[in-house]
Amino acid sequence: MSNQPIETDVVIVGAGPCGLFAVFELGLLDIRCHLIDILDRPGGQCTELYPEKPIYDIPAYPIVSGQELTDKLMEQIKPFEPEFHFNQRVDELERQPDGQFLVKTDDGQQFLSKVVVIAAGGGSFTPKRPPIDGIEAFEGTSVFYSVRRMSDFAGKDLLIVGGGDSALDWTLNLAPIANSLTLVHRRDKFRAATDSVNKMLALREEGKINFLMGQMSQLNGENGQLESVTITGPDGDVDVKTNCLLPFFGLTMKLGPVADWGLNLHENLISVDTEKFETSEPGIFAVGDINHYPGKLKLILSGFHEAALMAQKANQIIYPDKKVIFQYTTSSSSLQKKLGVK
Amino acid sequence: MPKITYIEFDGTAHDVEGDVGMTVMEVARKADVPGIEAECGGACSCATCHVYIDEAWQSKTGSAEEMEEDMLDFAFDVRPNSRLSCQIKVTDELDGLVVRLPEKQF
Repeated sequence: MSNQPIETDVVIVGAGPCGLFAVFELGLLDIRCHLIDILDRPGGQCTELYPEKPIYDIPAYPIVSGQELTDKLMEQIKPFEPEFHFNQRVDELERQPDGQFLVKTDDGQQFLSKVVVIAAGGGSFTPKRPPIDGIEAFEGTSVFYSVRRMSDFAGKDLLIVGGGDSALDWTLNLAPIANSLTLVHRRDKFRAATDSVNKMLALREEGKINFLMGQMSQLNGENGQLESVTITGPDGDVDVKTNCLLPFFGLTMKLGPVADWGLNLHENLISVDTEKFETSEPGIFAVGDINHYPGKLKLILSGFHEAALMAQKANQIIYPDKKVIFQYTTSSSSLQKKLGVK
Repeated sequence: MPKITYIEFDGTAHDVEGDVGMTVMEVARKADVPGIEAECGGACSCATCHVYIDEAWQSKTGSAEEMEEDMLDFAFDVRPNSRLSCQIKVTDELDGLVVRLPEKQF
């Protein structure tokens, strides 16, 4: 990936509903956006946590699912050609001597932007860490929450825990290169795709993997080197020898690096004013669930409102000399032209 | 109003009155009972409102449906009487319900 920064008007951190709608409000003001999200698709919590659950409090939609809302927002912002950078977390945000912001992701991508909009919801989705005493000491040496390079796991005595697609997919992919592989799940039913489950059962039948029903209760080892994991199952405790544990228990939201950007916080939320939704750092805005102000309600519709007001101030920063004329999309021919409807 | 008793892992008990139609999770959140996080807000999309149903009440609360059972895969120390409290609706029949909270929500 190129290390040359991408220059843009606005970087939006988070591609959930509020980040997406910010593209619309900024787009009407001729402002272009790049969006960065740790997930692999737009929608944030709406598509990650509840794609099929109905939402009842979006104005004019008596009922809409998280996925439908996301799809509609994507359609609505299409005229503004937003550029998406998925599977990346924004790690660093620094003001440059010329007042612009340098944004760096964990994938090495850099952006230079005039305005930053933090629409990061509940924070970045990160793998859940099983609450077992001392697990931190093994992380990065014997305990891993994702597989970046399969070759790192070659020849290991792997212990994979979980019953979803991640656990099953990695069981199937790593079994051929591991020295041994044990899959542990709390029950003999799996949430993963049926095809993966059948393939896993076949490997088990052929004796290529071990399956054990139970839950992790203790990690054994020292100096970061795991030696075994105690599994508590229906027939009591069993110690499974392993030097590499891969627990897959889904994702949770953590504020993450946002806390290190020097912004005023209020109980892990970013303090903003209610006129522009600007943070304590001029030019950095926060909209949606991640912000806090007196009377804040964590509703998608509040985030939409916040995005509209934020865009007005962002416009003044990006086009300081432009005279702002407030216009309605129903009647303004120039706005309709931008939307591609005229 | 039906009364529900939440017993924390350390034994601290909280008696809370709830309205019929609320969920056992919502009643706990409304009364600020510690130990029920409900990160997803009741969408059966996390497992941070995990509780153990007192054995005497298991027949009245019923058992987890498939989606809830799937989400319980994400909880810690899951037992046969484990439920997600966002999936249990308060009824008059549940007046006196006793639930125990796990050591950790996860």
